[in-house]
This record gives sequence, structure tokens and C-alpha cells, in this order.
Amino acid sequence: MSGNDRALVRLVAVGRDFDVSRPWLNRVLEGAPRKLLRAVDEVSFEVTRGETLALVGESGCGKSTIARLIVGLYAPSRGTIAFDGLELTDPARAAEAQRARRRMQMIFQDPYASLNPRWRVRNIVAEPIRALGLAATRAEVHARVGELLRQVGLAPEDGEKFPHEFSGGQRQRISIARALSGNPEFLVCDEPTSALDVSVQAQILNLMTELQRRLGLTYLFISHNLAVVSHVADRVGVMYLGRLVELADAGEIFARPRHPYTRMLLDAVPDLDMTGRSRTPVAGEVPNPLAPPAGCAFHPRCSHANARCEAERPPLALAGHALVACHAVAEGRIAP
Amino acid sequence: MSAPLLEVSDLRVEFPTRRGTLVAVDGISFSIAPGEVLGVVGESGAGKSLTGMAIIGLLEPPGRVAAGEIRLEGERIDRLPPERMRRVRGRRIGAIFQDPLTSLNPLYTIGAQLVETILTHLDLGRAAARRRAIELLGEVGIPAPEARLDHYPHQFSGGMRQRVVIALALAAGPRLVIADEPTTALDVSIQAQIIALLKRLAREHGTAVMLITHDMGVIAETADRVAVMYAGRIAEIGPVRAVIHAPRHPYTVGLMGSIPRIAAGAGSRRGRLAQIEGSMPRLNAIPRGCAFNPRCPRRFDRCLAERPGPLRLEAGQVACWLYADERQ
Repeated sequence: MSGNDRALVRLVAVGRDFDVSRPWLNRVLEGAPRKLLRAVDEVSFEVTRGETLALVGESGCGKSTIARLIVGLYAPSRGTIAFDGLELTDPARAAEAQRARRRMQMIFQDPYASLNPRWRVRNIVAEPIRALGLAATRAEVHARVGELLRQVGLAPEDGEKFPHEFSGGQRQRISIARALSGNPEFLVCDEPTSALDVSVQAQILNLMTELQRRLGLTYLFISHNLAVVSHVADRVGVMYLGRLVELADAGEIFARPRHPYTRMLLDAVPDLDMTGRSRTPVAGEVPNPLAPPAGCAFHPRCSHANARCEAERPPLALAGHALVACHAVAEGRIAP
Repeated sequence: MSAPLLEVSDLRVEFPTRRGTLVAVDGISFSIAPGEVLGVVGESGAGKSLTGMAIIGLLEPPGRVAAGEIRLEGERIDRLPPERMRRVRGRRIGAIFQDPLTSLNPLYTIGAQLVETILTHLDLGRAAARRRAIELLGEVGIPAPEARLDHYPHQFSGGMRQRVVIALALAAGPRLVIADEPTTALDVSIQAQIIALLKRLAREHGTAVMLITHDMGVIAETADRVAVMYAGRIAEIGPVRAVIHAPRHPYTVGLMGSIPRIAAGAGSRRGRLAQIEGSMPRLNAIPRGCAFNPRCPRRFDRCLAERPGPLRLEAGQVACWLYADERQ
């Protein structure tokens, strides 16, 4: 993919393997080979400044691994990740990369696990301010924490409380305040509302949209919920078994899904309006990622698969206004 | 409507604590007919799972049924001694829980678990029980059931495991199945398969299903009627189509508005979702009058003072003073 300067984050052919072999001694005794789990493979995309790019897919598709690769919780096995033009994976520029990483923050799924139960909220929110030296005096830190709590819809006095005194939605607000306290430009949100009730989810999604507009933030939004994604995303990437299978503008992907997997995911969304549309029952499940099918990983579940799909892995190619990795789409076998 | 299979009236579940009694389920009444799927929807803490647990007699102490009646096929089951309740459970009521992994014993093959369940509840020999187990696995859509019988739970994928749990729940041909968030731990594509399966079983066997979930989408696709719970009470109950298309209770209205949907048109990003301000009250701080009143955009004086009872409206019931006049 060619670059443009508006890209804040750029991934080029990124891959990440996990070693899931048995312990060394077992391998020697049993003569078992090493086993590698290819969690992410050849993923390339850009996140443009000020936009929300959503990654969707079912469990095990590698979307959370990508989130962790970008913020540096994992190192990529292959490929490069650049932030604002700086290659984060280049060992020669590690110091710069570390500074660049301060400009990104992450919000996690489970607000019960991501906040230290022994810390007062004001300390949780102040930690990045102190760690990054963003405020000179105690009073400044205090004022900034109060302002952040107000920004996410809590009261400055709430800083004196402990996490257990808050509900799930309020805890997620605290996580957001903590993420914002380092003045980031880029937020990686890994299923930020999946653990919340719907009415609370609506509050958090509205808050995130509002903050983005006000602070000019860029979001990478990871979710398995297509309806949520349709509300927040400018562009959507669909992942299946570690690969990007379709990438397009949100309007495009929801109006004209092209990849058979994207179509299947959309068909599987429960029909709340009860229009009588029957869900197309999907055959099969996601295959074991340790032994992914050859060729296109989706072919065993795909009604359009032919011999080429079983043998040859389709590249991500332009089809209309979308990038799609599918032979059937490229050959025009699927009606657009 | 035929005689109800399950009848719950004025059920009250309490948790006595040192600091006073918490009322988790507060005077709820509903019934389910044979072959009917009743959806019970609500957010965490609404009391929907506890209602299910009370019916199958598995409330964890100190929780207890403090008042009300539960009748299964006319027989009262909330006061049965544990040994007799154990026979009702499994034989006449089947249960499906959220996490298929914790519902299965990892140390036994699924065949052993199915056969044991069948032998406990039905008067069958071992060979016949095994045949029945194979039949059940086939019925819930597990390919090559005979070969799969000797596999352990970890050898099944999440979706297949949930099918095994459903087969276990159905082993003795129960009249009522209580399914508590049966699809929540599953991916969307698997979810659709499990829902289709539940629906088919209810229809074919005339089994009554109580489907507990927080997911309105699942309810819309599966249930015939739906009860919306809030703070231990039923806010609204009625035919699923009516409740979804024309919700009456302000809580249901807010809940429906806050569910993100994929818009029919393209590129409709940034539509602000309707949101209900605040959060569900804690059990020790349930407001006087209507439990929803602090968050309700349409509250008036009466809501603060008096608790609304269920008012009959067309085919359903709603617990809201807004509709008090309409009834008279």
C-alpha cells in the first residue's frame, strides 16, 4: 500500500507468531516438532489522523493481537509498524520509538481487571501524568485529574474513592480518563464496551465520540459487534484467522459487503427490527488456528469456493471501493 | 391459550445480610405455556438469573424464596424437599447455562455424562441409554454422534460444547427448559445456529423455554413473549413484537433506543445513541415508588410515592403510572 502523510499509524505486512510447542523435554522425548500459532499474518493497513478505524472478527481472528502489537505489548515477528512516520520496530531508533509510544494509549475490555483495586482513582488517573512528567507540581496534577474526571462525566471528588465503589460503566469512564491523562493522539480501544450493559454501552460510545470530536483523537476500535462498529467507525477492517479479508469505508462495507465472510457476519447479526429476514445459518465454525486450511482460510465454510480457493491464498486487492481478499470477488464469480 | 406449564406468582427472592435484607426479586408474576418461548431480558443486577435459579431450586444460600409460588404443571415446586426437587430438576426442568465449559465435567467423556444423566432420570438399560445419547447428539446437530460420544469436553469447540450442554438438558425430555444466556459466550455465527436449534426444539417437543438474556436481538429472534426486568421487578411483559416495536415502559423505550443497530442506509456514522442517564440502583438503595423513577424522563409525583402494579394493556402488562388512566 502506498503511504500518505495523513496516516498516523501504518502497518506493513505485519505478522506475529506464538510458540505453543510442548516443553523442551517433551519435544525431545516424544520427537514432537515445534508448533507455531500464526496469530496475525501479512496484515497491512493505515489509520488516518482523526478517523476511527474498526477491526472486527470472531474470537481468535487476531484483532486483539494487532492492538497489542501497535502499542508495543507484543513485538511483531514480521513486518513493520510506523507511527507518525517513525518506524517503531527499528532497533536503531528504539529511544525515539519509546517517546512516540507516549502519544498512544490503550483502553481495555474489562474495567474490573484493568484498574488497580488498591489505588484511589485520583492516583490511577494521575499515574501517566507523573510517569510522563506532564505536570510540575502536586497542585497541577490535582487540577488536571479533576479536569479529566469532569471530562469523562465523573465528579472531581470521585478521585478520592476506590474502583470497587463504581459500577462497570463508571469504571470504564475512569479507564478513559487514565488513557487521556497522557495527552495521547491515538487511542487503541480493545472491546471497550463488550463487558457493559447496553444502556451503559450507549453512554460510553457517546462519550468516546464526543471526546474524539473535542480532542481530535484517532481511534483504533477493536470489536466483535458489527452494530457497535457501524455507530463509531469511519472505516472497517474485517479479519479472519489472522488476516485482513476486507477493508473499506463503513458506509461501503455495511451497504455492499463483498467478501463472503463479511456477508456471513452481517447476516448473523440478530434481526432486532423483526423484518422477517431469516438469518442465513452459517455452516461450521472458525477452524483451529494451529492448522489453518490451505489457500483461502475461509474456503471450508464458503459456498463460492472452488479449486483455486483451496490451493491459492487470495491477496488483498481493490474491488470497487473496497479492498477484498477473495478469488471469487476478483474473478467476478460473486455478484457485487 | 392452553393451561400454563409454569406459573410464577408474586415471587420474592431475598438475601438476608448483616446490614438488612436485600430484595433481589420483588413480587414478579408470569407464566409460560407449553411450546412457548418466554424471553426474560434486563441488565446486570435486574434479577433475571435469580428468577431462573429460584425456579430450578438452585438459589445459593443465604438467598431464599421469601414469598410467592412457583407451579409446574399445577404442582407447587418451591417448597419441595431437596431430594424431590432434585428429581424435578433434570427430569422435568432442564437447565442451560452461559459457559458450556463449566457445565461439563472435564474428566468424563460426554457419552458418560449423557448416559449417566439418562440413567438417573429415565427407566432405561445401559445399552438403550447409549442409543438415546447418540440420538440426542444427532438431534442437537453434532456430526458423527456415535464417534463423538467417546470424546472429552475439551475436544469440542465452543459451539459444539454448547450443543452438548443442550443435549444434556434435554436428556430426560423435560417439559421446561431454563436457558440462562445460552449464546453469550459464543461468536455471532455460532449464536445463530444455537438460537435456531432452541427454537426448533421448543416447537417440535412442545417444551416451554424460559430464555434469559441481556441481548434484545436474541429475544427478537427467538421469543414469543418477553418480560423486561428492572431492579428485581417486571417493568413490562407482552408479545415480543409489541414490546420491541411499541415499548410502553420508559425503561424499555430507553433500552431499545440505546441498542446500536446497523442502519439500512450507508455511512450513517455518529448517530448519537439514545442513552438512559445514571445506572441501575444497588439492591440496598432501591428508590421508593417506581424503582426506575430517578432515571425516568417522564416521572411525576405519583411515581415517587407509590409503586406501580402491573396494569393490563392490550395483550401485555406494564408497571408504569403513565398508563393508569388508559386502563380506566
